[in-house]
Amino acid sequence: MTTLVEISRLSKRFAYITAVDDISFQVDKGEVLGFLGPNGAGKSTTMKMITGFLAPDAGTVRVGGRDIAEEPVEVKKRLGYLPEGAPLYPDMTPAGFLGFVGAVRGLRGDSLRRRVADTVKKVNLQSVLEQPIGTLSKGYKRRVGIAQAIMHDPEVLILDEPTDGLDPNQKHEVRSLIRNMAEDKAIVLSTHILEEVDAVCTRVIIVAEGKIVADGSPTELEARSNLHNAVTLVVRDRDPAQVKQELVKLNRVAAVECVARNGLVHCTVRPENSDSIVAAVSGKARENAWAVEELHVHRGRLDDVFRAVTTAESKRS
Amino acid sequence: MSNVWLITKRELVGYFTTPIAYVFIVIFLFLNGVFTFYLGGFFERGQADLVTFFSFHPWLYLALIPALTMRLWAEERRSGTIELLLTLPISMLQAVLGKFFATWAFTALALALTFPMWLTVNYLGDPDNGVILAGYIGSLLMAGAYIAIGACISATTKNQVIAFVIAAVVCLMFLLSGFPLVLDFFDGWAPELVVAAISGMSFLSHFDDISKGIIELRDVVYFVSLIVFWLFANAVLIELKKAD
Repeated sequence: MTTLVEISRLSKRFAYITAVDDISFQVDKGEVLGFLGPNGAGKSTTMKMITGFLAPDAGTVRVGGRDIAEEPVEVKKRLGYLPEGAPLYPDMTPAGFLGFVGAVRGLRGDSLRRRVADTVKKVNLQSVLEQPIGTLSKGYKRRVGIAQAIMHDPEVLILDEPTDGLDPNQKHEVRSLIRNMAEDKAIVLSTHILEEVDAVCTRVIIVAEGKIVADGSPTELEARSNLHNAVTLVVRDRDPAQVKQELVKLNRVAAVECVARNGLVHCTVRPENSDSIVAAVSGKARENAWAVEELHVHRGRLDDVFRAVTTAESKRS
Repeated sequence: MSNVWLITKRELVGYFTTPIAYVFIVIFLFLNGVFTFYLGGFFERGQADLVTFFSFHPWLYLALIPALTMRLWAEERRSGTIELLLTLPISMLQAVLGKFFATWAFTALALALTFPMWLTVNYLGDPDNGVILAGYIGSLLMAGAYIAIGACISATTKNQVIAFVIAAVVCLMFLLSGFPLVLDFFDGWAPELVVAAISGMSFLSHFDDISKGIIELRDVVYFVSLIVFWLFANAVLIELKKAD
């Protein structure tokens, strides 16, 4: 694997707060790194430093092996960046704007026209090409922002909240666009939407108060949830207390909660040490001849993990 | 160099996609006419020259150029596009120059559109066209200095109104620095050398020389070094205050 982005010991202080505090990580080709964290955790600041907009107070950013402090223009050529909120020039048309960005990116004449046309097709902008950007809907604006970031086919793509403010269909489009590009790029995207991480990211970094508090694949992080491998069982026509009593008897079960709702008993069985207990639970159901309406295993919820690691951090400090 | 041109082109097109360009040009030409013919008494003087025309330029620029420059950086800051611009593979110098040249080229266009003035004076009499050409060159140089000041001030704020007002005030100080209003303030306590230096900073005295048809090296150097200084300050300020 080629490492395309190398961030080492990056720090940035603003007047009263340390926005980014000694952050190090690497992103390899083919990786889609989800950058998560509460508001003000330092996500955007980190991205601004990776793209060379802000200079770090300490630490280095290397993109494709080049230090951004030493060769800013060379590094910026290899980067595509969608800033937070997708700022754009409202008086320009998407065609004019993409033409300008492409030209600054070194594209000329036919190759510029071809690249603009390709990118426009990728993000579905054909219908609004000649309208001033200021008059476009939020979804179109965001797509123009994404278009300018990807039009030169950069090795490294930094997207600050790429799907913020889009409707579910548009979110879906943007996510599949990102997935399709992932293979030969290193992509870093920040988001508040945890389902997005499941949908597109191969790796997740959670930051809180400028520090990395978790780093792993989405599945690894989900496994940290205390709901990981928990089993939900729904049975018909039984007494909740009785069902609970039976389930508690099982080995490696940490806790059981049963409630009756609309004549059904909903039970959540949490295992010890995230062990797999679904076989035991279903065996128990068969043994007692329960009428099972539903049985499924939880993978664990990313937002539980998110809340756990980000609030733990603020308590410690 | 091509990056500078691309940015210049984008800014120039920007002037014309909004009403700014048309409003500016119309007002500029209108005021030029009013000042020259009514306030300046162009016909009453009975002389075939454009002295009255040029003599109002420092005052016209004072009001109009800050209006052109106020959005250069303040608007980029306010809308966040500065982040887009400065993460493109261009250097800070290219960005600063690109914007400066765009406004300068636009002002040159507005100035060129005053050509009926030149036609009029040539129709009515037999003026020294060399002096008139020198006047145009001097006026354009002076406009460059105004623009560099305005661009630099615009880089310090997100607010275009503030950018306009402060740029106008700074320009006014340069304009008046040869006048008692400013000199009296320094006279008496500041060393003579300083007072002389301040009075030598005046737009008016340098522009007067040129508009009389004498293009002296020191006047050209004066305007060019003002432009260089303010553009340098512009680049430094953007670099320092990007995050705000």
